[in-house]
Amino acid sequence: MKLDFENGIPIYLQIADQIEDSILSGVFPEDTQVPSTTEISTLYKINPATVLKGMTLLVDGGILYKRRGVGMFVREGAKEKVRAKRRRAFFDDYVCALLAEAKKLEITPDEIIRMITEGAGK
Amino acid sequence: MIEAKNITKKFRHVTALKRLNVSFGENRIYGLLGRNGAGKSTLLNLITNRLIPSEGFLYVDGMPAMENDTALGRISYMSEDTLYEPSVRVRRMFEWSKLFNPGFDTDYANGLAAKFGLDPGKKFGQLSTGYRSIAKLVATLASGAEYLLFDEPVLGLDANHRQLFYEELLARYAEKPCTVILSTHLIEEVSALIGHVVIIKDGTILLDRPAEEIQDMGFTVSGRKEDVLAWSSGKNILGTQEIGGLMLAHILGDRGAVPENLTVTPLDLQQLFIHLTNA
Repeated sequence: MKLDFENGIPIYLQIADQIEDSILSGVFPEDTQVPSTTEISTLYKINPATVLKGMTLLVDGGILYKRRGVGMFVREGAKEKVRAKRRRAFFDDYVCALLAEAKKLEITPDEIIRMITEGAGK
Repeated sequence: MIEAKNITKKFRHVTALKRLNVSFGENRIYGLLGRNGAGKSTLLNLITNRLIPSEGFLYVDGMPAMENDTALGRISYMSEDTLYEPSVRVRRMFEWSKLFNPGFDTDYANGLAAKFGLDPGKKFGQLSTGYRSIAKLVATLASGAEYLLFDEPVLGLDANHRQLFYEELLARYAEKPCTVILSTHLIEEVSALIGHVVIIKDGTILLDRPAEEIQDMGFTVSGRKEDVLAWSSGKNILGTQEIGGLMLAHILGDRGAVPENLTVTPLDLQQLFIHLTNA
């Protein structure tokens, strides 16, 4: 996990994002426990309320669940859920940003498509 | 809760605090920020009854703080000054701390001292600035008090020890919830750690807000000088910087729609602090 305190993205969102990343990459498999609020808070020196806010977001989104007195666990089917969510966000997060930068550099959509085909072939 | 109501503190020719009102709620981590001479230490010294207000009242959990052992026993204060005699050993200082804060945990204090590499057998006079800070902050962390007040806790500490302090503070906070007031100049280091920001300027409270609201308070736009000036006219500009034809303007308020020729970046706590307290 790596947090960026200067990019302007609220830290609780970055925490939620990073936990999702770890679920996607298999670092936190389904039905296993994720690090506690205190562990994350002391590791990154951030307020525990901020960590909790990020975790709550994932609980509300059906990614994590709470076992009373034990901690937070990855819900079954969470990996697929995260993947589906990220796919939906792919256009806004990546394609739109790519097009905006391309416009500044006067790269045409056709040229982008050619670059993508070339890149995918490598 | 600690409450300061209409506090004025006058020293001979100087009014350090002017009709100041602030409260510190339960189980939160506060950042008490201000430039040198703003009145931070005066406020902390008043809360802990080391100074007497010229006007106004201080309450701890509803009890008047003045000359009140019950109220003051709930607070542990790491002050910036070291008031111990040079011949006093750290171990002895821990024993004294237990007299003031009955919940003081000697084993925990010794454990912390070991983590920081502090020898409790040493005398205050033998300690460097950094280790004097460490001895005092260990005593406050181990105090068992409900309110932990730190005035420049990391003064003279190297980067490793500063990180260790923040880590131990959060561990203590998780273990036994308490109210923490951190007065510091190292804003960047604590900006993610504090839950609530209090800024003092010229003896009054300039800002008192949850940390998560800070980012929405303002922003920075940059671009060609003419474009920035044209767009930001009529807005609440905190300050500007120029490099060649490029201008940065730090603005308070909602950003709304920003034209394509300008770039927006967030205004972090440190920048906000600098611009608010410069004016």
